[in-house]
Amino acid sequence: MIKFVCSRRKISRKDAYRGVPESAQIEKGEVRVPLLEVKDLKVHYPIRGGILGRTQDYVKAVDGIAFSIEKGETFGLVGESGSGKSTTGKAIVGLVRSTQGQIFFEGEDITKYIGKNRSPYRRGVQMIFQDAYSSLNPKKRVLDIIGEPLRNFEKLTSGEERKRVDELLDIVGLSPETAVKYPYEFSGGQRQRIGIARAMALKPKLIIADEPVSALDLSVQAQILNFMKDIQQHFKLAYLFVSHDLGVVKHMCTNIAIMHKGRFVEQGSREQIYNNPVHIYTKRLIAAIPDMDPVNRRKTERFRDKVAADYEQRYREYYNSENSVYDLKKIGDSHYVALP
Amino acid sequence: MMGDKNLRGWVVMINKELLQISNLVTSFRINGEYYAAVDGVSLSVRENEVFAIVGESGCGKSALALSIMNLHNKINTKIEGNIYFKNKDLLTLRLSELNSIRGRDIGMIFQDPLTALNPLMKIGAQIEESLSFHMSLSREEKQDRAMELLEGVGIPSPALTYEQFPHELSGGMRQRAMIAIALACKPSLVIADEPTTALDVTIQAQILELLKKLQKEMKSGIILITHDLGVVAEMADKVAVMYAGQIVETADVYEIFANPLHPYTRSLLASVPGVSPADSGKERLHVIRGMVPSLLKLNRKGCRFSPRIPWIPLSFHEEEPRYHEVKPGHFVLCSCYKNFKFK
Ligand SMILES: Nc1ncnc2c1ncn2[C@@H]1O[C@H](COP(=O)(O)OP(=O)(O)OP(=O)(O)O)[C@@H](O)[C@H]1O
Ligand SMILES: Nc1ncnc2c1ncn2[C@@H]1O[C@H](COP(=O)(O)OP(=O)(O)OP(=O)(O)O)[C@@H](O)[C@H]1O
Ligand SMILES: [Mg+2]
Ligand SMILES: [Mg+2]
Repeated sequence: MIKFVCSRRKISRKDAYRGVPESAQIEKGEVRVPLLEVKDLKVHYPIRGGILGRTQDYVKAVDGIAFSIEKGETFGLVGESGSGKSTTGKAIVGLVRSTQGQIFFEGEDITKYIGKNRSPYRRGVQMIFQDAYSSLNPKKRVLDIIGEPLRNFEKLTSGEERKRVDELLDIVGLSPETAVKYPYEFSGGQRQRIGIARAMALKPKLIIADEPVSALDLSVQAQILNFMKDIQQHFKLAYLFVSHDLGVVKHMCTNIAIMHKGRFVEQGSREQIYNNPVHIYTKRLIAAIPDMDPVNRRKTERFRDKVAADYEQRYREYYNSENSVYDLKKIGDSHYVALP
Repeated sequence: MMGDKNLRGWVVMINKELLQISNLVTSFRINGEYYAAVDGVSLSVRENEVFAIVGESGCGKSALALSIMNLHNKINTKIEGNIYFKNKDLLTLRLSELNSIRGRDIGMIFQDPLTALNPLMKIGAQIEESLSFHMSLSREEKQDRAMELLEGVGIPSPALTYEQFPHELSGGMRQRAMIAIALACKPSLVIADEPTTALDVTIQAQILELLKKLQKEMKSGIILITHDLGVVAEMADKVAVMYAGQIVETADVYEIFANPLHPYTRSLLASVPGVSPADSGKERLHVIRGMVPSLLKLNRKGCRFSPRIPWIPLSFHEEEPRYHEVKPGHFVLCSCYKNFKFK
């Protein structure tokens, strides 16, 4: 009998193979599907103009990406501003509609759930936002903020709900009294924890964390990152971790994709990306990481100049005639690079 | 800077310094009482020097920067101490004199670009306005220079941005446009308040490069305010670490990274992720206990960092912390550094 390891539903052999992503591995008679698989995802935003507001053109925010995330893993998405990172995250949680492509969660195509608030999929995947403050409703108490997803999905008495909220506050290290306070009464780090508590309310398997610590101070950032790792271990959570801080990504992520112009230029393990970057864009990004030892200044500068010169000279080898990124080619075990 | 030893050289020094701040106290009135956000800061910046100020949110970095430009709201702010810029005390200058220094001799890159940009003026015009402060250039020259500056700060299509209003730009683009304006007239002192915090690494590297270039060309002094220790390591000549309104440690950049002493400096360095080449993601980051106190709740007696390191006995702190000069130019506030261990 073939069983989905990640999914609890029992499925017949015939059904089991329908829509199974190619990356699913068959191990000892079991089909192992990744927790999340994204295939050829495109999100094009219409640009409207003219008196009639007709669509004049499209912003190709995400233009053909594919990746998968395993249970309990942290997958990093890195890239410059505007490269399409947030759009990717939003497409996965269903906040924007994809133009093309498929998204599988536990082997099931979830495109059909997009726009349906209470679908089982919406329970399994949650999002934490960069700006905790603006994503928390200032007029609501913490109790209502964290309780809201519970109200949408579960019929609880107010006593049960309060108990769950207290448990969640405990997980993120806030005392039960905080439940009756309002967001403005908290520090940045505490607000970010409230955002995490809300995301945790429905016991998701995947959290999309879009720049979760970018607005925070070093010591608060350290606290949140440690904390995210703790709950990950405890609950076998997976993260899609979006950030432009390459130090943070190195600390958090096991697998990383580098995004540029809506596509992936390179994808690989932490070691492959940081120690052996292949695409000219990845090289430039890695070279730009500030070195924490002032003694290395000259060396870093020379290295950066060399990489910058390389980037100028060899740009054409890495981008096609329309100036866009090639398809990924496998160059090693789990290491992919966009090459002609 | 703070010890008696340094005072000996004072008279000779004062001419060499571009900016000399002594005993600056900047207080805000809250519910009828004044609370110091900058509490006894002294520092000096020379020509051709990058002076970095690091510290976490709320420690008084921006309050300090705005004091130098005398840009605080007069009604509920009190500034005490001296701020000499090219031997003029900025705090006693008349407004007209001050205005001629602002934007011409001192360029400021603000933390929040929207407060600094004129919403009703196109970016190009704002740069040209700044250019005409200093130099008499023809229209074409101004326009060329404006384009050059926009390109220099990494704006992808300068000709387009030249014609745009601030609200038409993304956050990162606005930040870059403001940097172009601040640098337009090649000021001799640049105060950069978190100039690259909102930007990604490649643009950050580009902007820092531009600041370095300006510094070489003009021998400008730069006050670089940041909480990014990587940026400090790459850019600074001297570093001051601020906590709760005070400088807790200051030294040249090599010294501060090789031999950090104050518990706060050491804690900050231990909380940076992904630094060591061997960071495998397994080790936990250092977290400083408790929270930065607010202005109203701050206990101003004794060592201000002591509540964050409660395992260090109070007897190891000084009742009235003073600066210890551990090496020439390396000062540490309070004696607690001598016995500090991480818990
Ligand atoms: N709702 C929208 N309508 C039209 N264009 C959009 C919309 N949202 C994003 N875009 C555009 O899509 C592109 C990708 O944006 P996205 O927010 O995904 O970038 P990002 O990688 O998250 O950048 P950042 O690091 O600045 O957050 C950008 O060019 C952006 O201007
Ligand atoms: N105009 C003001 N009125 C009252 N309090 C103020 C005012 N401006 C700043 N403060 C307070 O003074 C302290 C120092 O603020 P400041 O803006 O200088 O911090 P900062 O070090 O620049 O922090 P950040 O890294 O967040 O920019 C904070 O406690 C802040 O709340
Ligand atoms: Mg984004
Ligand atoms: Mg500030």
